[in-house]
Order: sequence, then C-alpha cells, then structure tokens
Amino acid sequence: MKNQKHVYRRLFASTFYLSAFTFGGGYVIIPLMKKKFVDDLQWIEEEEMLNLTAIAQSSPGAVAVNAAILLGYRVAGISGALVTILGTILPPFITLSIISIFYTAFRDNTVVNAVLKGMQAGVAAVIADVVMSLGSNVFKQKDIVSVIVMVGAFISTFFFGINVMYIILVCGCIGAVKILIQMKKVQKDGDPQ
Amino acid sequence: MILLKLFWSFFQIGMFSIGGGMAAMPLIQNQVVNLHHWLTLTEFTDLITIAEMTPGPIAINSATFVGIRIAGIPGAIVATIGCIFPSCVIVSLLAWIYFKFKELTVVQGILSGLRPTIVALIASAGLSIFILVVWGEDGFSTNPLTINLVSVLLFTVAIFILRKWKPNPIYVMLGSGIIGGAIDLLI
Repeated sequence: MKNQKHVYRRLFASTFYLSAFTFGGGYVIIPLMKKKFVDDLQWIEEEEMLNLTAIAQSSPGAVAVNAAILLGYRVAGISGALVTILGTILPPFITLSIISIFYTAFRDNTVVNAVLKGMQAGVAAVIADVVMSLGSNVFKQKDIVSVIVMVGAFISTFFFGINVMYIILVCGCIGAVKILIQMKKVQKDGDPQ
Repeated sequence: MILLKLFWSFFQIGMFSIGGGMAAMPLIQNQVVNLHHWLTLTEFTDLITIAEMTPGPIAINSATFVGIRIAGIPGAIVATIGCIFPSCVIVSLLAWIYFKFKELTVVQGILSGLRPTIVALIASAGLSIFILVVWGEDGFSTNPLTINLVSVLLFTVAIFILRKWKPNPIYVMLGSGIIGGAIDLLI
C-alpha cells in the first residue's frame, strides 16, 4: 500500500515537472517523458514508449495529455491515468491563470522574451539529443523497411507538410503488410508456424 | 448556462483536434472567435503567442485563458475539463485495446511500422524548433546576418553537455534560459 502511494506520488511529480517545463507541447514532452520513464525510472521499455506515442498521436486531443494518460494507465491502471492527467494539466492551468491577468506586461517584457528564447535553444538541443539516440537505434536494427519508413515519414511531414494522420495510417499499413508477407514466406518454407 | 457553453465548445475542440499542437488552432479560432465572440481576433493572436511561450498544450492553455476571461476560475476549470474529456475516454479505450491485443502479430506489425514514423515526427518537430531558434520567426535563410548567435551558442553547448554527461534535460533547458536572459541584460 505504501509502495502504491509512492508510485502515485512519483507519477504525479514526474508529469507535473515535465509539463511545467515543456514549451511548445506535443513533441517536446515526448523526448522528456522518454528520458524520465525509460532512461531514469526504467518503468517502461523504449519500444513501448514509441508504441504509446503512436497511440497518443493518433487519438484526438493534446498529444501531451494523451501520452500522460497512456503512461499513467500503463504504470498504475485507471487511477494512475487520473494522477498523470492532473499532473499534466495543472502546470499550464496555473501558469495561464496568472498570465491571463498580466498578459500585456508579460508579452512586452524583453528579459522574459530572452529567457524564453534561451529555453527554446535548450529544448531544441534536448530534442536533437533524443532524436540521435532513437534514430541510431532504428538504423542499428538493419531493417531496410524501417529506415525507409522513417526517412519517408520525415520528408512527407517536414518538406511537404502532409497531415500527420495520413502518415500514421500509411506507415501502420506498411508495417502490417510487411509482417503478413514475412508470415507467408515462413509458411512457404514449410515451417508449421 | 455560460459554463455549459464553455464546456461544450472545448469538448468539440478536444474531440476534433487530431494530431495535436497547431492542428487545434483553427478549431479554437472557429469556436472562440467566430461562433461565440468570446475573444476578438487580436486577443486570439495574443493567446496563441502566450500559448507558444508558456508550457503546456495549446488547447489546454486556450481553455484556461478563455474560461477565466468569460467566467472566472470556474469557467477555466469547466473549459479545461471539456477539452480533455474526449481524450480521456478515447485514449483509455485505446489503451485497453492496446494492452489486450499487443501480442497479436498484425498489431505487432502495425506498431513496427509506427515506431520509425514517430522518430521521424519528433525529428521534424525538433528541426522546426531548431530553425525557429536559429533564424527566428521568418524561417530558414541563407543570409548569415539573420542567424541568432546567442541561440546557436546555447544550442551547441547544450547538445554537447547532453551527449557527454547525460544530465537531467530540465536543468539544461533552465540553464540555457537563465544564460539567455543574463546575456540580454548584459548587452
């Protein structure tokens, strides 16, 4: 019971902390969650983190909230999900409540702007760091289809601005077809499986 | 009555914004500016700027901001709940399906196609932020004068520290923010 409480507190603290420092939403929080839950706490595997991200991205609503729900659910069921939702929405709720009262002063303050600009540079570095680790793992698998999917998805979203929903649908289908072909091949080779 | 309207508006925003971030923006504008006239277009633009500059998803930020202006703290709470309600239901359902069927070969196949895709999407978002950091709002340019040297310096130092010592990323972000602010005060 004490252990359970400890998990909830850890879940709340981690998501609150991540959400409080995540500027720019969605894809910024995913690398941070990966660092926290996969690398530091080792509560989930890298592969599972990417699976959960894929689900978060394909569901309606904010990616950060969806990912938090999935993480909470994965670690501690429905009550875990409630804890992570609260942890994720409280920081923006508090910040925005304060800012909406002073927003013109905030917007025009140059020091505030410089701090935010500096933090953006830090965020860019954090994302670059995570992309290097995740990307090199995809290359290390030596699976040509995965590499093509990764490069293709990057080009479609970055250079052509294709809707992420379509990219996800197509890449999911490619994965399904790939595995079905593999199964057919195995059957042809006379393997009972 | 106004609380109910706020809830319903943000429920629709939460329900139909798939893909997160900027995908929600036109929906928010439609509900808040065009349909209900809760904000003027200028206020809405300010809201987007603030949402970009502060932590948290844009839809949650908007719900809090609009809710407070229309009906105070209760308004903010109701709008925020409306906004996350559809996610909670649908994502919990998907989570249940995922954990139940994730061992199925076809599901494994689909997920194996999605994992490299997610890496690509994170890379793409990261590159957009990198361009914003280095060249500012106008985007990539071949003119070296448009490069923000302070940001480039901060980025380079940050990535070096991250790769070399693997510290908690939040300290790296806070550190680069503080140094950015300090440089601005000194110059």
